[in-house]
Amino acid sequence: MQLSRDAILSAYRKMTTIREFEERLHIENPKGEIPGFLHLYSGQEAVAVGVCEQLTDKDYIISTHRGHGHCIAKGCDVSAMMKEIYGKRDGLCNGKGGSMHIADVHKGMLGANGIVGAGQPIAVGAAIACKLRKDGSVSVSFTGDGAANQGTVFEAMNMAVVLKVPKIFVYENNGYSEHTGSAYSTGTKDLVQRIAGFGMQVFDADGFDFFSVYEAFKQALEVARNGGGPVAVHAPTMRYFGHFEGDPMLYRAPGEVERYRAEKDPLKNFRTRVTDAGLFEKSELDAITSEIAAQIDRAVADAKTAPRLTEADLLTNVYAAY
Amino acid sequence: MSVKTMRDAINEALHQEMARDSSVIVIGEDVSGGAGGSSGQRDAAGGVFGLTKGLLPKFGEDRVIDTPISESAILGAANGAALAGLRPVAEIMFSDFFGVCLDQVMNQAAKFRYMLGGKAKAPLVIRATIGAGMGAAAQHSQTMYSMLSGIAGIKVVVPSNPYDAKGLLISAIRDDDPVIYLEHKMLYGESGEVPDGDYTVPFGEAKMVREGEHATVVAFARMVPFAAQAVDRLEKEGITCDLIDPRTTSPLDEDTILESVRATGRLVIVDESPPRCGIAADIAALVAHKAFRYLKAPVTPVTPPHCPVPFSPDLERLYIPSPQQIEAAIRAVVAYK
Repeated sequence: MQLSRDAILSAYRKMTTIREFEERLHIENPKGEIPGFLHLYSGQEAVAVGVCEQLTDKDYIISTHRGHGHCIAKGCDVSAMMKEIYGKRDGLCNGKGGSMHIADVHKGMLGANGIVGAGQPIAVGAAIACKLRKDGSVSVSFTGDGAANQGTVFEAMNMAVVLKVPKIFVYENNGYSEHTGSAYSTGTKDLVQRIAGFGMQVFDADGFDFFSVYEAFKQALEVARNGGGPVAVHAPTMRYFGHFEGDPMLYRAPGEVERYRAEKDPLKNFRTRVTDAGLFEKSELDAITSEIAAQIDRAVADAKTAPRLTEADLLTNVYAAY
Repeated sequence: MSVKTMRDAINEALHQEMARDSSVIVIGEDVSGGAGGSSGQRDAAGGVFGLTKGLLPKFGEDRVIDTPISESAILGAANGAALAGLRPVAEIMFSDFFGVCLDQVMNQAAKFRYMLGGKAKAPLVIRATIGAGMGAAAQHSQTMYSMLSGIAGIKVVVPSNPYDAKGLLISAIRDDDPVIYLEHKMLYGESGEVPDGDYTVPFGEAKMVREGEHATVVAFARMVPFAAQAVDRLEKEGITCDLIDPRTTSPLDEDTILESVRATGRLVIVDESPPRCGIAADIAALVAHKAFRYLKAPVTPVTPPHCPVPFSPDLERLYIPSPQQIEAAIRAVVAYK
């Protein structure tokens, strides 16, 4: 893998930001100031960052209900994201969407989504726009193993193939569809075969390894950017927290998360890889981590004290008034 | 009789009906949970709000069916199972997800009996959650009974308390036609007296929650306890109201509403569903049509504004009709000359 020092640092920065953001939310959530549902992305950072580091603001992504990681990887403002999650007026969606609907269309981030499987056909539409623009831009959807069983996803895959649009389906299989194992809910043992059956090339990646995701997505991107139609990347991964914050996770074996954190952690992998190769000193990476932790501290403090929404905000952006 | 939460009352109804009738099955996402998980523990969820907890150990995997995340297939399978002689109770986790699978409701379940010349029946129940108040934002907070009640061929049930919740669910399961049973998620923890044995609450029969003479208040689901707060406060000032909980929006107990309005001449309708083409507008039209000459004040709906449910609790609080708004509306119709 020939990545520049800057590219490696940028990826490390993004992955660390996601990790610090999510772990901090896990700590903050029980304090009761964060409304609604939180679905955290910790453990899956290599996928979002391995993909989005190769995209520009002209490219689109659409995310899932577990969307913070994709948002950060696509370059959304972390402080505005935090304010959104706290339901504040200066949030990324003015406090009207929250964690599950976080988006920044100007960054090509078409949104997290509360409806499992809803994003994939939307991303096909964005891919039609990319195709018409003829500027090599692409549209990427992130799909969990749960969403992989929705009819909308099958329809989106087939239509993307029929229309030959520059669309990349990224499957991040984290092992669980909410509270049910994907070993149960996905009928085939070979999801890659199923995706390939729709008529597109599938690139396999190790979702725990940034460099593997990066390489697989690079190949996929080359096909899509050059008019080769839709392609897919399949990246098995693992979420560290529950389906939502507060999920007692009775479906998981005790010690499962700890084992993954100890043995397969994508951030640890990344650090070991680049320090063993002599590219960076541990201390350089630690300094970045500290800097990001401080940034997250500020984002949380700012979010807590940010101006609240008032009655005047309730009916803004309502275009069919009554 | 003992005190139970609405959650426990619904769970008990499911247990009792599954024990009574072996054709009753439960099907949905995570209705037991844990299948294919690394702990090997089944019944790990019992539904995302725990409503179907304990069914799997008692009735087994053939009757308590965990599904992939596939709402269209869940409802399609429930339709097929019903046509083939079972009594499925399907769960759609949030009623917002009817957006994914409305065809199976609107064009399939609702049509079978009529379209097939009365030769088929589809005795299925679809349970789903409704309501704002959890900060669950625009795609997990909607109140869908008005829209669903507009579909001919579907019965729609909206319990407001644990007693009705159990009796109405048992009626729904025993009903030979498709019933959508909507549970307000902010009511799950509410407690009340619930008989331990089985009993039914009939559809289309409203409950008179309070009796009075100055105004009629009609409310649904969580708006019933909200309206009761307002009515009880006003009673201290000598303003008394009939408070009517129709309990089912389809069929709707028109007679109880009309009879009350003919006596009071003043009507407030409290409805958490969207204001346009909603049940409040529907009841206002009913009263305008059938009790016009008895009216002494404008029929007054209390509903959310016509906008999606906002995420921020600062806005969500303003979105949901409040007991204060209901009280003000009652005061206004009573004062109207």
